[in-house]
Amino acid sequence: MKALLIADHDNNHLSEQTAKALSAASQLGAVDVLIMGHDCTEVASQAACLSGVGRVLLAEHEALKHQLAEPCAEAILSIASEYQAIVSAASTTGKGVLPRIAAKLDVMQISEVIEILDEKTFKRPTYAGNAIQTVQSNDSIKVLTIRTANFATTENAPTSAEVVALDITLGQQRSVHISDKVSDSERPELQSAKVIVSGGRALGSQENFNATILPVADKLGAAVGASRAAVDSGFAPNDWQVGQTGKIVSPDLYVACGISGAIQHLAGMKDSKVIVAINNDEDAPIFQIADYRLEADLFEALPEITRLLS
Amino acid sequence: MKALVAVKRVIDYNVKPRLKSDGSGVDLTNVKMSINPFDEIAVEEAIRLKEAGKVSEVVLVSIGSSKSEETIRTGLAMGADRGILVNTGDPAIEPLAVAKILKSIAESEQVGIVIVGKQAIDDDCNQTGQMLSALLDWPQGTFASVVDIQSADKVLVTREIDGGLQTLELDLPAVVTTDLRLNEPRFASLPNIMKAKKKPVSKVSLADLGLPENFIEPRLIVQKTEAPEVRQAGVKVADAAELIDKLRNEAGVL
Repeated sequence: MKALLIADHDNNHLSEQTAKALSAASQLGAVDVLIMGHDCTEVASQAACLSGVGRVLLAEHEALKHQLAEPCAEAILSIASEYQAIVSAASTTGKGVLPRIAAKLDVMQISEVIEILDEKTFKRPTYAGNAIQTVQSNDSIKVLTIRTANFATTENAPTSAEVVALDITLGQQRSVHISDKVSDSERPELQSAKVIVSGGRALGSQENFNATILPVADKLGAAVGASRAAVDSGFAPNDWQVGQTGKIVSPDLYVACGISGAIQHLAGMKDSKVIVAINNDEDAPIFQIADYRLEADLFEALPEITRLLS
Repeated sequence: MKALVAVKRVIDYNVKPRLKSDGSGVDLTNVKMSINPFDEIAVEEAIRLKEAGKVSEVVLVSIGSSKSEETIRTGLAMGADRGILVNTGDPAIEPLAVAKILKSIAESEQVGIVIVGKQAIDDDCNQTGQMLSALLDWPQGTFASVVDIQSADKVLVTREIDGGLQTLELDLPAVVTTDLRLNEPRFASLPNIMKAKKKPVSKVSLADLGLPENFIEPRLIVQKTEAPEVRQAGVKVADAAELIDKLRNEAGVL
């Protein structure tokens, strides 16, 4: 079986999610990686270094600069017939484009794969992770998005794979990119961070969130997460949201502060290696899955932790 | 222009799903069912677009058993104009088939915009809107947090993407999928609930749409449905100092 892996990148850096999706795709067979973008040869060289990559296909085009779903789908479909599997991380880019591929190929996509049993059988979570389905696809081409939290990162290979430039012709575009408002933060990204410190509704305000959560995160070199309740209350931006409707993460250490542990939040972080919960409510459901639980007032415990780490 | 909104009847988001002991799926008998929360946001957005004079009519469509009429009535009570129930009986229908059915309706109704939830909270697929957009060859604006119809042929959509927000300008007709922050759906008032009972809901079969019956046969075989591995509760620590000590020396993560 030959798999085509769609790379996630920002025209400069290859996302760590791609290295994780690669270890999933490699279980299916030989993997070519497709880089779609503009002025992104650097990304191609990064992808070429990953272990298990057959070829890196580089599709550069002005219309692919922002990796909008429509032109990306066109580019993928132009080479899809050479593959038996089209794979991507379940990033917002992957989730946007892959169903288009599936529809055009008339196959059913398998979303958010957490385990590959064999080349046509997969496990995926449904009902916010409360029910794990084992599904079999008999479609001629498998279209899969990968929940990268469940797969290890691929290491670098001793030698680089070949980079092949593709000549892509695209039709007239009816989606135009206007602007991006991307949070420019020095902190690691949620989905690749080793440590995440998350805050919930108990923080009470955006000021408290920033004053209490951020110093601990800075001390730990951690990414910052938030529960949906905290995001809905305006304490934290939406792209910090961890949960079924936000980001799915699996860091080495997840520190949940003032998060009660609604099902939808647990769905996003329960695969973390070590979970710490800090909450003053001893009945908080988060305590049932935490490795270490500290029943304490956040506004005392977190500054204390910050001080002790200094 | 007309707006088409797809609504799915799913297990209520406050209910913890109960798995059948034989691994055949989630037990839905006597379980509270509601409109999929993302679809409720889609209905709200279409109604707001109508209130702003950008959309002339809000048409709801639901695909499923006759009980899905309740889901349509929920949206009609919020303020949508009429409904179409595509009766396919009880079996779960995959996004690919749903997208094909919606394509047929979007074309016959000649709608200017389709708004759907980004995912259903039962199968968590996150596919239907994108598939529909591809099948129609219309632009897509997924995971929308702002939908701003500029003219009869342009819409600005701000999307929630990894790391922030992205704004696109799409040619209409287009497909938009909703994210959580697009709006807060209104509660239907009692008079509106009563009025919704009188709003028209046409009931159609696959044959009425000119689609073959085998068209909704699932492509994926669900071999089993099981509970996730349960994580065990760990230990209680007395204070911040003990926590840091354990993380450093026991867990080895600091």
